[in-house]
Amino acid sequence: MRPTIKRIIFFAIIILVWQGIVRMLGISASLMPAPTDVFEALAQGFADKTLIYDILASFRRLAIGLVIAIVLGVGLGILLAKNKTADETLGTLILALQSVPSIVWLPIAIMWFGLNEKAVTFIVILGGTLVMTINMRIGIKNVSPLYIKAAQTMGSRGLDLFAKVIFPASVPYAVTGARLAWAFAWRALMAGEILSTGPGLGYTLKYASDFGNMKLVIGIMIIIGVIGTIMDIVFFQRVEKNVLRRWGLETNS
Amino acid sequence: MFLKIQDVNKQFVNQKEASTVLSDINLEINEGEFVSILGPSGCGKSTLLSIVAGLTKPTSGEILLNGQQITKPGKDRGMVFQQAALFPWMTVEENVMFPLRKEMKKKEAREVAHQFLQKVQLSNYTKHSPHELSGGMQQRVAIARALSMNPKVLLMDEPFGALDEQTRSRLHHELEKIWLETKKTILFVTHSISESIKLSDRIIVMGTRPGVILEDIKVQIPRPRANHPQMTAKLEEKIMGLLQTEIDKVVKEELAYAANN
Ligand SMILES: Nc1ncnc2c1ncn2[C@@H]1O[C@H](COP(=O)(O)OP(=O)(O)O)[C@@H](O)[C@H]1O
Ligand SMILES: [Mg+2]
Repeated sequence: MRPTIKRIIFFAIIILVWQGIVRMLGISASLMPAPTDVFEALAQGFADKTLIYDILASFRRLAIGLVIAIVLGVGLGILLAKNKTADETLGTLILALQSVPSIVWLPIAIMWFGLNEKAVTFIVILGGTLVMTINMRIGIKNVSPLYIKAAQTMGSRGLDLFAKVIFPASVPYAVTGARLAWAFAWRALMAGEILSTGPGLGYTLKYASDFGNMKLVIGIMIIIGVIGTIMDIVFFQRVEKNVLRRWGLETNS
Repeated sequence: MFLKIQDVNKQFVNQKEASTVLSDINLEINEGEFVSILGPSGCGKSTLLSIVAGLTKPTSGEILLNGQQITKPGKDRGMVFQQAALFPWMTVEENVMFPLRKEMKKKEAREVAHQFLQKVQLSNYTKHSPHELSGGMQQRVAIARALSMNPKVLLMDEPFGALDEQTRSRLHHELEKIWLETKKTILFVTHSISESIKLSDRIIVMGTRPGVILEDIKVQIPRPRANHPQMTAKLEEKIMGLLQTEIDKVVKEELAYAANN
Protein backbone atom coordinates (compact mmCIF):
# COMPACT_ATOMS: atom_id res chain seq x y z
CA MET A 1 0.00 0.00 0.00
CA ARG A 2 1.26 3.49 -0.75
CA PRO A 3 2.14 5.70 2.23
CA THR A 4 -0.40 8.33 1.18
CA ILE A 5 -3.22 5.78 1.27
CA LYS A 6 -2.04 4.50 4.64
CA ARG A 7 -2.06 8.04 5.98
CA ILE A 8 -5.55 8.80 4.68
CA ILE A 9 -6.93 5.63 6.29
CA PHE A 10 -5.12 6.41 9.55
CA PHE A 11 -6.54 9.92 9.83
CA ALA A 12 -10.01 8.73 8.78
CA ILE A 13 -9.97 6.20 11.63
CA ILE A 14 -8.88 8.82 14.17
CA ILE A 15 -11.66 11.17 13.10
CA LEU A 16 -14.28 8.40 13.19
CA VAL A 17 -13.22 7.17 16.65
CA TRP A 18 -13.12 10.74 17.93
CA GLN A 19 -16.61 11.47 16.56
CA GLY A 20 -17.94 8.16 17.95
CA ILE A 21 -16.61 8.68 21.47
CA VAL A 22 -17.80 12.28 21.76
CA ARG A 23 -21.29 11.45 20.51
CA MET A 24 -21.73 8.17 22.40
CA LEU A 25 -20.62 9.60 25.74
CA GLY A 26 -22.51 12.82 25.05
CA ILE A 27 -19.55 15.04 25.93
CA SER A 28 -20.37 18.75 25.88
CA ALA A 29 -18.91 20.77 22.97
CA SER A 30 -17.34 23.25 25.39
CA LEU A 31 -15.26 20.41 26.83
CA MET A 32 -14.46 18.39 23.73
CA PRO A 33 -16.13 19.24 20.42
CA ALA A 34 -16.67 16.52 17.82
CA PRO A 35 -14.90 16.67 14.41
CA THR A 36 -18.14 17.81 12.77
CA ASP A 37 -18.34 20.77 15.19
CA VAL A 38 -14.71 21.67 14.49
CA PHE A 39 -15.34 21.46 10.77
CA GLU A 40 -18.37 23.70 11.12
CA ALA A 41 -16.36 26.31 13.05
CA LEU A 42 -13.59 26.22 10.44
CA ALA A 43 -16.08 26.47 7.56
CA GLN A 44 -17.65 29.51 9.15
CA GLY A 45 -14.28 31.12 9.84
CA PHE A 46 -13.20 30.69 6.24
CA ALA A 47 -16.59 31.77 4.89
CA ASP A 48 -16.54 35.10 6.73
CA LYS A 49 -12.78 35.38 5.91
CA THR A 50 -11.72 36.00 9.54
CA LEU A 51 -9.44 32.95 9.54
CA ILE A 52 -7.96 33.95 6.20
CA TYR A 53 -7.06 37.37 7.60
CA ASP A 54 -5.57 35.69 10.67
CA ILE A 55 -3.43 33.35 8.57
CA LEU A 56 -2.23 36.24 6.39
CA ALA A 57 -1.45 38.39 9.44
CA SER A 58 0.53 35.61 11.09
CA PHE A 59 2.40 34.86 7.86
CA ARG A 60 3.29 38.46 7.28
CA ARG A 61 4.85 38.71 10.72
CA LEU A 62 6.60 35.38 10.27
CA ALA A 63 7.99 36.34 6.86
CA ILE A 64 9.38 39.65 8.12
CA GLY A 65 10.87 38.01 11.21
CA LEU A 66 12.31 35.06 9.34
CA VAL A 67 13.96 37.16 6.62
CA ILE A 68 15.60 39.36 9.24
CA ALA A 69 16.61 36.28 11.26
CA ILE A 70 18.21 34.59 8.25
CA VAL A 71 20.13 37.70 7.20
CA LEU A 72 21.34 38.31 10.75
CA GLY A 73 22.14 34.62 11.25
CA VAL A 74 24.20 34.43 8.06
CA GLY A 75 26.16 37.52 9.05
CA LEU A 76 26.75 36.44 12.64
CA GLY A 77 27.58 32.87 11.59
CA ILE A 78 30.25 34.12 9.18
CA LEU A 79 31.65 36.41 11.88
CA LEU A 80 31.89 33.56 14.40
CA ALA A 81 33.44 31.18 11.88
CA LYS A 82 36.05 33.68 10.75
CA ASN A 83 36.93 35.54 13.94
CA LYS A 84 38.32 33.49 16.81
CA THR A 85 37.79 36.15 19.46
CA ALA A 86 34.18 36.70 18.40
CA ASP A 87 33.65 32.94 18.49
CA GLU A 88 35.09 32.60 21.99
CA THR A 89 33.00 35.45 23.38
CA LEU A 90 29.87 36.18 21.36
CA GLY A 91 29.73 32.52 20.28
CA THR A 92 29.40 31.35 23.87
CA LEU A 93 26.68 33.93 24.54
CA ILE A 94 24.73 32.77 21.50
CA LEU A 95 24.96 29.13 22.59
CA ALA A 96 23.74 30.13 26.07
CA LEU A 97 20.85 32.16 24.63
CA GLN A 98 19.92 29.27 22.38
CA SER A 99 19.05 27.20 25.46
CA VAL A 100 16.50 29.83 26.55
CA PRO A 101 13.11 29.42 24.78
CA SER A 102 12.54 32.70 22.95
CA ILE A 103 9.03 33.13 24.41
CA VAL A 104 10.50 33.97 27.83
CA TRP A 105 11.70 37.20 26.21
CA LEU A 106 8.12 38.33 25.64
CA PRO A 107 7.58 40.21 28.94
CA ILE A 108 10.72 42.26 28.44
CA ALA A 109 9.93 42.73 24.74
CA ILE A 110 6.52 44.14 25.70
CA MET A 111 8.27 46.52 28.10
CA TRP A 112 10.54 47.72 25.30
CA PHE A 113 8.17 47.81 22.35
CA GLY A 114 4.71 47.90 23.95
CA LEU A 115 1.91 45.38 23.61
CA ASN A 116 1.99 45.26 19.81
CA GLU A 117 3.30 43.55 16.72
CA LYS A 118 6.85 44.70 17.30
CA ALA A 119 7.19 42.69 20.51
CA VAL A 120 6.02 39.52 18.77
CA THR A 121 8.24 40.14 15.74
CA PHE A 122 11.16 40.61 18.12
CA ILE A 123 10.81 37.14 19.65
CA VAL A 124 10.26 35.62 16.19
CA ILE A 125 13.56 37.16 15.06
CA LEU A 126 15.27 35.97 18.22
CA GLY A 127 13.91 32.44 17.78
CA GLY A 128 15.24 32.21 14.22
CA THR A 129 18.49 34.15 14.43
CA LEU A 130 20.25 32.02 17.03
CA VAL A 131 19.74 28.69 15.30
CA MET A 132 20.58 30.19 11.90
CA THR A 133 23.81 31.63 13.33
CA ILE A 134 24.88 28.32 14.83
CA ASN A 135 24.27 26.39 11.59
CA MET A 136 25.93 29.00 9.39
CA ARG A 137 29.01 28.96 11.61
CA ILE A 138 29.30 25.17 11.37
CA GLY A 139 28.73 25.33 7.62
CA ILE A 140 31.61 27.75 7.05
CA LYS A 141 33.89 25.81 9.41
CA ASN A 142 33.12 22.49 7.71
CA VAL A 143 33.95 23.54 4.15
CA SER A 144 36.22 20.84 2.77
CA PRO A 145 39.87 22.00 2.81
CA LEU A 146 40.16 20.30 -0.57
CA TYR A 147 37.84 22.88 -2.19
CA ILE A 148 39.89 25.67 -0.67
CA LYS A 149 43.20 24.20 -1.83
CA ALA A 150 41.84 23.56 -5.31
CA ALA A 151 40.57 27.14 -5.57
CA GLN A 152 43.90 28.51 -4.35
CA THR A 153 45.80 26.63 -7.04
CA MET A 154 43.46 28.34 -9.52
CA GLY A 155 44.48 31.78 -8.30
CA SER A 156 41.56 32.47 -5.96
CA ARG A 157 42.12 33.98 -2.53
CA GLY A 158 40.79 36.48 -0.01
CA LEU A 159 37.31 37.82 -0.62
CA ASP A 160 37.04 36.09 -4.00
CA LEU A 161 37.80 32.73 -2.36
CA PHE A 162 35.17 33.39 0.27
CA ALA A 163 32.41 34.60 -2.06
CA LYS A 164 33.00 32.11 -4.87
CA VAL A 165 33.94 28.97 -2.94
CA ILE A 166 33.61 28.99 0.86
CA PHE A 167 30.17 30.57 1.01
CA PRO A 168 28.55 28.45 -1.72
CA ALA A 169 30.14 25.34 -0.24
CA SER A 170 28.37 26.04 3.05
CA VAL A 171 24.90 26.35 1.49
CA PRO A 172 23.68 22.91 2.66
CA TYR A 173 24.18 23.97 6.27
CA ALA A 174 22.53 27.32 5.57
CA VAL A 175 19.46 25.49 4.21
CA THR A 176 19.28 23.30 7.32
CA GLY A 177 19.68 26.45 9.40
CA ALA A 178 16.80 28.14 7.55
CA ARG A 179 14.57 25.10 8.09
CA LEU A 180 15.27 25.07 11.81
CA ALA A 181 14.92 28.86 11.97
CA TRP A 182 11.48 28.55 10.41
CA ALA A 183 10.48 25.88 12.96
CA PHE A 184 11.69 27.94 15.93
CA ALA A 185 10.17 31.14 14.53
CA TRP A 186 6.79 29.50 13.89
CA ARG A 187 6.60 28.20 17.46
CA ALA A 188 7.72 31.53 18.89
CA LEU A 189 5.15 33.34 16.75
CA MET A 190 2.22 31.23 17.96
CA ALA A 191 3.27 31.51 21.61
CA GLY A 192 3.82 35.25 21.19
CA GLU A 193 0.42 35.83 19.60
CA ILE A 194 -1.38 33.84 22.30
CA LEU A 195 0.31 35.86 25.02
CA SER A 196 0.10 39.29 23.42
CA THR A 197 -2.03 40.73 20.68
CA GLY A 198 -3.36 40.18 17.19
CA PRO A 199 -4.47 39.91 14.58
CA GLY A 200 -3.18 36.41 13.97
CA LEU A 201 -3.94 32.73 14.44
CA GLY A 202 -2.58 32.59 17.99
CA TYR A 203 -4.52 35.64 19.05
CA THR A 204 -7.80 34.34 17.62
CA LEU A 205 -7.18 31.02 19.36
CA LYS A 206 -6.79 32.80 22.69
CA TYR A 207 -9.85 34.94 21.98
CA ALA A 208 -11.97 31.86 21.16
CA SER A 209 -10.75 30.16 24.30
CA ASP A 210 -11.77 33.15 26.44
CA PHE A 211 -15.29 32.78 25.06
CA GLY A 212 -15.32 29.01 25.62
CA ASN A 213 -15.42 28.40 21.86
CA MET A 214 -13.50 25.09 21.89
CA LYS A 215 -14.63 24.25 18.34
CA LEU A 216 -12.60 27.13 17.01
CA VAL A 217 -9.70 26.50 19.41
CA ILE A 218 -9.23 22.98 18.09
CA GLY A 219 -9.86 24.15 14.52
CA ILE A 220 -7.02 26.67 14.80
CA MET A 221 -4.76 24.09 16.43
CA ILE A 222 -5.32 21.93 13.38
CA ILE A 223 -4.55 24.83 11.03
CA ILE A 224 -1.31 25.52 12.91
CA GLY A 225 -0.29 21.86 12.65
CA VAL A 226 -1.20 21.60 8.96
CA ILE A 227 0.71 24.75 8.01
CA GLY A 228 3.75 23.59 9.99
CA THR A 229 3.74 20.18 8.36
CA ILE A 230 3.25 21.52 4.85
CA MET A 231 6.08 24.03 5.20
CA ASP A 232 8.41 21.45 6.68
CA ILE A 233 7.73 18.44 4.47
CA VAL A 234 6.64 20.02 1.22
CA PHE A 235 9.01 22.93 1.19
CA PHE A 236 12.05 22.74 3.44
CA GLN A 237 12.73 19.00 3.42
CA ARG A 238 12.45 18.93 -0.35
CA VAL A 239 14.82 21.84 -0.82
CA GLU A 240 17.22 20.34 1.70
CA LYS A 241 17.21 16.98 -0.04
CA ASN A 242 17.88 18.51 -3.45
CA VAL A 243 20.74 20.59 -2.11
CA LEU A 244 22.31 17.67 -0.28
CA ARG A 245 22.12 15.51 -3.38
CA ARG A 246 23.63 18.14 -5.59
CA TRP A 247 26.39 18.94 -3.10
CA GLY A 248 27.19 15.24 -2.90
CA LEU A 249 26.47 15.07 0.84
CA GLU A 250 23.55 12.68 0.62
CA THR A 251 23.51 9.94 3.20
CA ASN A 252 21.72 6.87 1.91
CA SER A 253 18.70 6.61 4.14
CA MET B 1 66.81 24.70 -15.38
CA PHE B 2 63.02 24.81 -15.67
CA LEU B 3 61.81 23.56 -12.28
CA LYS B 4 64.30 23.32 -9.46
CA ILE B 5 63.65 21.89 -6.01
CA GLN B 6 66.60 22.99 -3.91
CA ASP B 7 67.60 21.69 -0.45
CA VAL B 8 64.00 21.33 0.65
CA ASN B 9 63.38 20.18 4.22
CA LYS B 10 60.01 19.92 5.89
CA GLN B 11 59.21 19.36 9.53
CA PHE B 12 55.81 19.15 11.16
CA VAL B 13 55.57 20.04 14.83
CA ASN B 14 53.01 17.98 16.67
CA GLN B 15 52.53 18.23 20.43
CA LYS B 16 55.99 19.72 20.93
CA GLU B 17 57.51 16.86 18.95
CA ALA B 18 58.99 17.70 15.55
CA SER B 19 58.94 15.03 12.87
CA THR B 20 61.00 15.37 9.72
CA VAL B 21 58.87 14.51 6.71
CA LEU B 22 61.21 15.63 3.93
CA SER B 23 64.98 15.70 4.22
CA ASP B 24 67.33 17.41 1.75
CA ILE B 25 65.24 17.05 -1.36
CA ASN B 26 67.06 18.18 -4.51
CA LEU B 27 65.52 17.75 -7.92
CA GLU B 28 65.81 19.35 -11.32
CA ILE B 29 63.13 18.92 -13.93
CA ASN B 30 63.33 19.89 -17.60
CA GLU B 31 60.57 21.57 -19.52
CA GLY B 32 58.23 19.05 -21.11
CA GLU B 33 59.35 16.15 -18.93
CA PHE B 34 56.92 13.67 -17.42
CA VAL B 35 58.34 12.91 -13.99
CA SER B 36 56.84 10.47 -11.49
CA ILE B 37 57.47 10.62 -7.76
CA LEU B 38 57.17 7.09 -6.47
CA GLY B 39 57.31 5.95 -2.86
CA PRO B 40 55.53 4.11 -0.08
CA SER B 41 52.54 5.71 1.57
CA GLY B 42 53.53 8.33 4.13
CA CYS B 43 56.95 9.13 2.66
CA GLY B 44 56.00 12.75 2.00
CA LYS B 45 55.03 12.72 -1.68
CA SER B 46 51.89 14.80 -1.16
CA THR B 47 53.79 17.20 1.09
CA LEU B 48 56.44 17.70 -1.59
CA LEU B 49 53.84 18.32 -4.30
CA SER B 50 51.97 20.69 -2.02
CA ILE B 51 55.20 22.67 -1.48
CA VAL B 52 55.70 22.94 -5.25
CA ALA B 53 52.08 24.08 -5.57
CA GLY B 54 52.75 26.78 -2.98
CA LEU B 55 50.07 25.46 -0.62
CA THR B 56 52.64 24.42 2.03
CA LYS B 57 55.79 26.29 3.05
CA PRO B 58 59.04 24.31 3.27
CA THR B 59 60.89 24.53 6.60
CA SER B 60 64.00 25.35 4.60
CA GLY B 61 65.06 25.34 0.97
CA GLU B 62 63.30 26.74 -2.06
CA ILE B 63 61.50 25.96 -5.28
CA LEU B 64 62.38 27.81 -8.45
CA LEU B 65 60.23 27.87 -11.57
CA ASN B 66 62.03 29.49 -14.50
CA GLY B 67 64.38 31.03 -11.94
CA GLN B 68 61.50 32.59 -9.97
CA GLN B 69 61.06 31.54 -6.34
CA ILE B 70 57.68 30.06 -5.49
CA THR B 71 56.05 31.51 -2.39
CA LYS B 72 52.34 31.03 -2.97
CA PRO B 73 49.91 29.15 -5.21
CA GLY B 74 49.57 30.44 -8.75
CA LYS B 75 48.00 29.65 -12.09
CA ASP B 76 51.37 28.69 -13.53
CA ARG B 77 51.03 25.43 -11.59
CA GLY B 78 47.82 23.45 -12.14
CA MET B 79 46.98 20.79 -9.57
CA VAL B 80 44.89 17.63 -9.78
CA PHE B 81 44.11 15.86 -6.50
CA GLN B 82 43.11 12.28 -5.76
CA GLN B 83 39.52 13.50 -5.34
CA ALA B 84 38.36 15.57 -8.28
CA ALA B 85 37.49 18.54 -6.02
CA LEU B 86 34.95 19.88 -8.53
CA PHE B 87 32.61 22.50 -7.11
CA PRO B 88 29.20 20.81 -6.81
CA TRP B 89 27.21 24.05 -7.15
CA MET B 90 28.62 24.63 -10.64
CA THR B 91 28.08 22.76 -13.87
CA VAL B 92 30.96 20.90 -15.51
CA GLU B 93 31.50 23.82 -17.87
CA GLU B 94 31.44 26.42 -15.09
CA ASN B 95 33.98 24.39 -13.16
CA VAL B 96 36.40 24.47 -16.07
CA MET B 97 35.73 28.19 -16.53
CA PHE B 98 36.51 28.93 -12.87
CA PRO B 99 40.23 29.71 -13.26
CA LEU B 100 39.57 31.73 -16.44
CA ARG B 101 36.81 34.05 -15.27
CA LYS B 102 39.10 36.92 -14.24
CA GLU B 103 41.25 37.11 -17.32
CA MET B 104 38.75 36.70 -20.14
CA LYS B 105 35.17 37.45 -21.14
CA LYS B 106 32.58 34.83 -20.37
CA LYS B 107 32.07 33.86 -23.97
CA GLU B 108 35.77 33.39 -24.54
CA ALA B 109 36.18 31.44 -21.29
CA ARG B 110 33.37 29.15 -22.33
CA GLU B 111 35.06 28.48 -25.66
CA VAL B 112 38.33 27.61 -23.93
CA ALA B 113 36.49 25.38 -21.46
CA HIS B 114 34.77 23.52 -24.30
CA GLN B 115 38.06 23.08 -26.08
CA PHE B 116 39.59 21.37 -23.05
CA LEU B 117 36.49 19.34 -22.27
CA GLN B 118 36.75 18.07 -25.83
CA LYS B 119 40.35 17.06 -25.16
CA VAL B 120 39.16 14.81 -22.34
CA GLN B 121 36.19 13.62 -24.40
CA LEU B 122 33.47 15.20 -22.32
CA SER B 123 31.96 17.66 -24.82
CA ASN B 124 28.55 16.11 -24.25
CA TYR B 125 28.56 16.78 -20.53
CA THR B 126 29.16 20.53 -20.37
CA LYS B 127 25.81 21.32 -18.70
CA HIS B 128 25.83 18.36 -16.31
CA SER B 129 26.34 18.59 -12.57
CA PRO B 130 29.51 16.95 -11.24
CA HIS B 131 27.44 14.51 -9.14
CA GLU B 132 25.92 13.11 -12.32
CA LEU B 133 29.34 11.98 -13.56
CA SER B 134 31.31 8.85 -12.70
CA GLY B 135 34.55 9.10 -10.73
CA GLY B 136 36.66 8.73 -13.86
CA MET B 137 34.71 11.42 -15.69
CA GLN B 138 35.01 13.78 -12.73
CA GLN B 139 38.75 13.31 -12.73
CA ARG B 140 38.85 14.11 -16.45
CA VAL B 141 36.98 17.35 -15.75
CA ALA B 142 39.55 18.16 -13.06
CA ILE B 143 42.34 17.60 -15.60
CA ALA B 144 40.58 19.81 -18.14
CA ARG B 145 40.13 22.48 -15.46
CA ALA B 146 43.82 22.43 -14.55
CA LEU B 147 44.90 22.51 -18.21
CA SER B 148 42.49 25.27 -19.21
CA MET B 149 44.52 27.91 -17.35
CA ASN B 150 47.55 26.90 -19.40
CA PRO B 151 49.91 26.18 -16.49
CA LYS B 152 53.63 25.73 -16.98
CA VAL B 153 53.55 22.63 -14.80
CA LEU B 154 50.81 20.12 -14.12
CA LEU B 155 50.99 18.67 -10.61
CA MET B 156 49.08 15.43 -10.06
CA ASP B 157 48.73 13.76 -6.65
CA GLU B 158 47.69 10.13 -7.16
CA PRO B 159 44.98 11.35 -9.55
CA PHE B 160 43.82 7.88 -10.50
CA GLY B 161 44.26 6.26 -7.08
CA ALA B 162 40.55 6.14 -6.29
CA LEU B 163 39.46 4.65 -9.63
CA ASP B 164 38.87 1.06 -10.69
CA GLU B 165 41.52 -0.73 -12.73
CA GLN B 166 39.77 -0.42 -16.10
CA THR B 167 39.03 3.28 -15.77
CA ARG B 168 42.56 3.92 -14.56
CA SER B 169 44.04 2.18 -17.56
CA ARG B 170 41.89 4.23 -19.93
CA LEU B 171 42.89 7.46 -18.20
CA HIS B 172 46.58 6.51 -18.39
CA HIS B 173 46.14 6.30 -22.10
CA GLU B 174 44.33 9.65 -22.28
CA LEU B 175 46.85 11.41 -20.09
CA GLU B 176 49.74 10.13 -22.18
CA LYS B 177 47.99 11.39 -25.30
CA ILE B 178 47.38 14.81 -23.75
CA TRP B 179 50.99 15.00 -22.67
CA LEU B 180 52.27 14.09 -26.12
CA GLU B 181 49.99 16.75 -27.64
CA THR B 182 50.61 19.59 -25.20
CA LYS B 183 54.16 18.75 -24.07
CA LYS B 184 53.31 20.01 -20.59
CA THR B 185 55.75 19.40 -17.79
CA ILE B 186 54.05 16.91 -15.49
CA LEU B 187 54.96 16.05 -11.91
CA PHE B 188 53.01 12.90 -11.11
CA VAL B 189 52.81 11.41 -7.61
CA THR B 190 51.99 7.73 -7.29
CA HIS B 191 52.65 4.70 -5.13
CA SER B 192 52.11 2.31 -8.05
CA ILE B 193 55.33 1.08 -9.70
CA SER B 194 53.59 -0.02 -12.89
CA GLU B 195 51.76 3.29 -13.22
CA SER B 196 55.01 5.22 -12.98
CA ILE B 197 56.74 3.01 -15.57
CA LYS B 198 53.81 3.19 -17.93
CA LEU B 199 53.73 6.99 -17.98
CA SER B 200 56.97 8.71 -17.12
CA ASP B 201 60.30 9.75 -18.61
CA ARG B 202 61.85 9.72 -15.16
CA ILE B 203 60.96 8.04 -11.91
CA ILE B 204 62.07 9.62 -8.64
CA VAL B 205 62.04 6.81 -6.10
CA MET B 206 61.54 8.06 -2.55
CA GLY B 207 62.35 6.39 0.74
CA THR B 208 60.58 7.02 3.98
CA ARG B 209 61.15 8.28 7.54
CA PRO B 210 62.41 10.75 6.73
CA GLY B 211 61.40 11.24 3.11
CA VAL B 212 64.50 11.21 0.92
CA ILE B 213 65.22 10.64 -2.75
CA LEU B 214 66.69 7.17 -3.21
CA GLU B 215 67.15 7.09 -6.97
CA ASP B 216 66.48 9.06 -10.08
CA ILE B 217 65.71 6.54 -12.82
CA LYS B 218 65.49 7.41 -16.51
CA VAL B 219 62.90 5.26 -18.25
CA GLN B 220 64.36 4.34 -21.64
CA ILE B 221 61.51 2.12 -22.81
CA PRO B 222 59.93 3.38 -26.09
CA ARG B 223 56.28 4.45 -26.02
CA PRO B 224 53.71 3.00 -26.02
CA ARG B 225 55.17 0.98 -23.21
CA ALA B 226 52.49 -1.68 -23.39
CA ASN B 227 54.37 -3.01 -26.44
CA HIS B 228 57.48 -3.75 -24.37
CA PRO B 229 56.39 -6.02 -21.53
CA GLN B 230 59.84 -7.54 -20.95
CA MET B 231 61.66 -4.25 -20.47
CA THR B 232 58.82 -3.07 -18.26
CA ALA B 233 58.97 -6.18 -16.10
CA LYS B 234 62.72 -5.83 -15.68
CA LEU B 235 62.48 -2.22 -14.52
CA GLU B 236 59.60 -3.10 -12.25
CA GLU B 237 61.73 -5.73 -10.56
CA LYS B 238 64.58 -3.30 -10.05
CA ILE B 239 62.31 -0.68 -8.42
CA MET B 240 60.61 -3.34 -6.31
CA GLY B 241 64.03 -4.24 -4.90
CA LEU B 242 64.69 -0.60 -4.05
CA LEU B 243 61.37 -0.17 -2.31
CA GLN B 244 61.37 -3.48 -0.47
CA THR B 245 63.79 -2.23 2.18
CA GLU B 246 61.59 0.88 2.57
CA ILE B 247 58.42 -1.11 2.97
CA ASP B 248 60.16 -3.41 5.48
CA LYS B 249 61.19 -0.30 7.38
CA VAL B 250 57.59 0.89 7.60
CA VAL B 251 56.35 -2.52 8.75
CA LYS B 252 59.09 -2.80 11.37
CA GLU B 253 58.38 0.66 12.78
CA GLU B 254 54.69 -0.03 12.95
CA LEU B 255 55.27 -3.31 14.79
CA ALA B 256 57.60 -1.57 17.24
CA TYR B 257 55.01 1.16 17.76
CA ALA B 258 52.29 -1.42 18.40
CA ALA B 259 54.52 -3.28 20.86
CA ASN B 260 55.20 -0.09 22.83
CA ASN B 261 51.59 1.00 23.10
N1 LIG C 1 49.69 18.99 8.25
C1 LIG C 1 50.40 17.97 8.78
N2 LIG C 1 50.73 17.98 10.10
C2 LIG C 1 51.44 16.98 10.63
N3 LIG C 1 51.90 15.92 9.95
C3 LIG C 1 51.61 15.84 8.64
C4 LIG C 1 50.85 16.86 7.99
N4 LIG C 1 50.73 16.53 6.67
C5 LIG C 1 51.37 15.36 6.53
N5 LIG C 1 51.91 14.94 7.69
C6 LIG C 1 52.72 13.73 7.90
O1 LIG C 1 53.75 13.72 6.96
C7 LIG C 1 53.97 12.42 6.47
C8 LIG C 1 53.93 12.41 4.97
O2 LIG C 1 52.63 12.68 4.53
P1 LIG C 1 52.23 12.76 2.98
O3 LIG C 1 53.03 13.83 2.35
O4 LIG C 1 50.76 12.88 2.90
O5 LIG C 1 52.71 11.32 2.47
P2 LIG C 1 52.32 10.55 1.13
O6 LIG C 1 51.60 11.47 0.22
O7 LIG C 1 53.65 10.10 0.57
O8 LIG C 1 51.51 9.36 1.52
C9 LIG C 1 52.95 11.51 7.11
O9 LIG C 1 53.55 10.80 8.16
C10 LIG C 1 51.92 12.46 7.64
O10 LIG C 1 51.35 11.96 8.81
MG1 LIG D 1 49.61 11.36 -0.52
